[in-house]
Amino acid sequence: MRNIFLVIRREYLVRVKKKSFLVMTVLGPLLFVAFYGTVFWAAVSSVDIKTVQVLDESGLFRNKFKDSETLKFESTNTSIDSAKAAFPNSDANALVYIPANVIQSPKSVRIYAAKNVSLELKSEIEKVIEKEIEDIKLAEAGITHKILEDSRVNVNSETISLSEEGEKTSSSGAATVIGGICAFLIYMSVFIYGTQVMRGITEEKTSRIVEVIISSVKPFQLMLGKIIGVALVGLTQFVLWILLTTALTSATSAVIASKMSKESAQIEQEMKKAQMPNQGLPGGNVDNPVAEVLGAVSSLNLPLIIGCFLFYYLGGYLLYSALFGAVGAAVDNDADTQQFMLPITLPIIFSFVFAQFVLRDPDGTLAFWTSIIPFTSPIIMMVRIPFGVPAWEIALSMVLLVLGFMGTTWVAARIYRVGILMYGKKVSYKELVKWIFYK
Amino acid sequence: MNIIEVRNVTKEYSSHTALDNVSISIPKGCIFGLLGPNGAGKTSLIRIINQITGPDSGEVLFDGVPLNPNHISRIGYLPEERGLYKKMKVGEQLLYLAQLKGLSQKEAMEKLKTWFIKFDIKTWWDKTIGDLSKGMQQKVQFVSTVLHEPDLIILDEPFSGFDPINANLIRDEILELKQKGSTIIFSTHRMETVEELCDHIALIHKSRKVLDGAKREIKEQFKTHTYFVEYKGHLDELDPIYQILDQKILEDGYLRSNIHLDGGASSNALLLNLLSKVEIRAFGENIPTMSDIFMKAVNEVPEA
Repeated sequence: MRNIFLVIRREYLVRVKKKSFLVMTVLGPLLFVAFYGTVFWAAVSSVDIKTVQVLDESGLFRNKFKDSETLKFESTNTSIDSAKAAFPNSDANALVYIPANVIQSPKSVRIYAAKNVSLELKSEIEKVIEKEIEDIKLAEAGITHKILEDSRVNVNSETISLSEEGEKTSSSGAATVIGGICAFLIYMSVFIYGTQVMRGITEEKTSRIVEVIISSVKPFQLMLGKIIGVALVGLTQFVLWILLTTALTSATSAVIASKMSKESAQIEQEMKKAQMPNQGLPGGNVDNPVAEVLGAVSSLNLPLIIGCFLFYYLGGYLLYSALFGAVGAAVDNDADTQQFMLPITLPIIFSFVFAQFVLRDPDGTLAFWTSIIPFTSPIIMMVRIPFGVPAWEIALSMVLLVLGFMGTTWVAARIYRVGILMYGKKVSYKELVKWIFYK
Repeated sequence: MNIIEVRNVTKEYSSHTALDNVSISIPKGCIFGLLGPNGAGKTSLIRIINQITGPDSGEVLFDGVPLNPNHISRIGYLPEERGLYKKMKVGEQLLYLAQLKGLSQKEAMEKLKTWFIKFDIKTWWDKTIGDLSKGMQQKVQFVSTVLHEPDLIILDEPFSGFDPINANLIRDEILELKQKGSTIIFSTHRMETVEELCDHIALIHKSRKVLDGAKREIKEQFKTHTYFVEYKGHLDELDPIYQILDQKILEDGYLRSNIHLDGGASSNALLLNLLSKVEIRAFGENIPTMSDIFMKAVNEVPEA
């Protein structure tokens, strides 16, 4: 036991004392906050305004294109050829050409631009044209503008989760964000720390120090010590990140919130001026969206999420790092690891891909099974937990995960034991299997 | 008293047998040469004594007791393939290795201090291993091998990579450790080292022990009863008590012959015989070198 502790301490200190650890610890939350800060900022600050020239030969769309925060429409009356010729020298970012016969052949609408037009702009323009043509066609069919207005309803449902604590407004948006972030963090950390274990083992093997060490420490102790040491490095990093991020986000969100309240007031006024229908703006609710997100986040069971996150990080890491360790022991240098990496990385990558589907359907069959199976559960269960998962499912998945990593550690230890003393030999899968069953 | 008793140890790997029913006794307080051509099974035996691997059958006794984890701290091992953590500092690394061998941090510190003074490497404490030259790394590794004052020190090719000055330094250390009562196992191909340092040897070839015992006795056993003589005059090739094996004329006109003494005659009888015939400048027995013995023992083993 003393030796295992010594190994853990060395593995931990060597990594924590590195400059890169310090840099990542400080930079991580900064990048994280900077990223989300930028997203929020971009959402509330007006981006540069794009000018769109409209050449409407049909005359149906006069004043139908409404200037928005990001788009400014100008109509032009020249012929299409001269408009096209003049376009490069104008300030406009795009030129929309609507032919006279647009109602008969809607597909003849053209958008010209120097660069590719953003999908957003394209759909914005198409939406206006489609709606107008629809209106005209409906009017021809005898449906008046009044009927149309009345028939438009706006459903904006609020999701309410029913639990023992009673009704509580939940936000599937916030759950999605939190679930996604957790899945991503586990995905990244399993890779980063798993490969650290692998590198560490290969380093010991290639530098031949392993022979000295295992004359004092059992191979299993050395492997386990390394795995635990690196796990603690990861935990330290996460705890520091959580602390730093909490500090930074509360500071940043205070700043953004103050800006937001000004901005949203402005937007509201502009909307009134432009007499735009309220639903036209995404999140056009007068409520402060940042406050909404923060409120939604606080409605989630954060202690449970953080607790589970740490458990699934550890479980997933232990499960995979043992396998990474086995690969490290089987090969002679980093370059040879590739051939054995694929079967290990595939389930991780798959779970990350599945996570995208599970985010959309957190209670489906796929979600259930992938969150129970140990190889995918660390990522998938973390996606599901913010949405609320029955306790027995979490318990089952946790127990299986523990069994899972005990299994992989057993397999890894058997490969490790033989592999670390095997120099200068290219091993095959067949050989690895043989090692596992060596007595 | 034997510090190590290897009894009928067999070790097999999937493709070959590394040790085939090997039994070796290593007396306490000696310098023991473990010899053998490459791939003979020396490293496998050393790994078994170090408890890195276990034998398939047979047993190894340490001080009369079957090997167990408590013995680990009583053994110091310098593998042939040297290695240290390249990115760790000299001091930290030695402390770590010493603690793995069971020393407390304080004990390790004190012992390290004396070694750093002895080897005059005080300035290395905070240097990174990777920044040291190969010879310097070897020195550090030697310190790590003997720091915990083990009863048994296993040195696999200890002099490779050392310049003559440092090799001497290490040799003196080895002799001093022997003085203090440690047993040293040498695994080496360098016969001059064996000649100079070892008291006992064992020779492993093709996974089997072909020879072992005190160096002196083995030499006795391999004696060929030949003598060399440098002389002026003429000797007949055949004589009732001897036979001249070869003859060569030296630069100064003297002749040098190797003479085989037949059936139990003493060297004095030979000398008397020769004295009457020629003028003798030098005379001596041809004692086999370890190198001769090695070659002979290895070549005598039939192909498996």
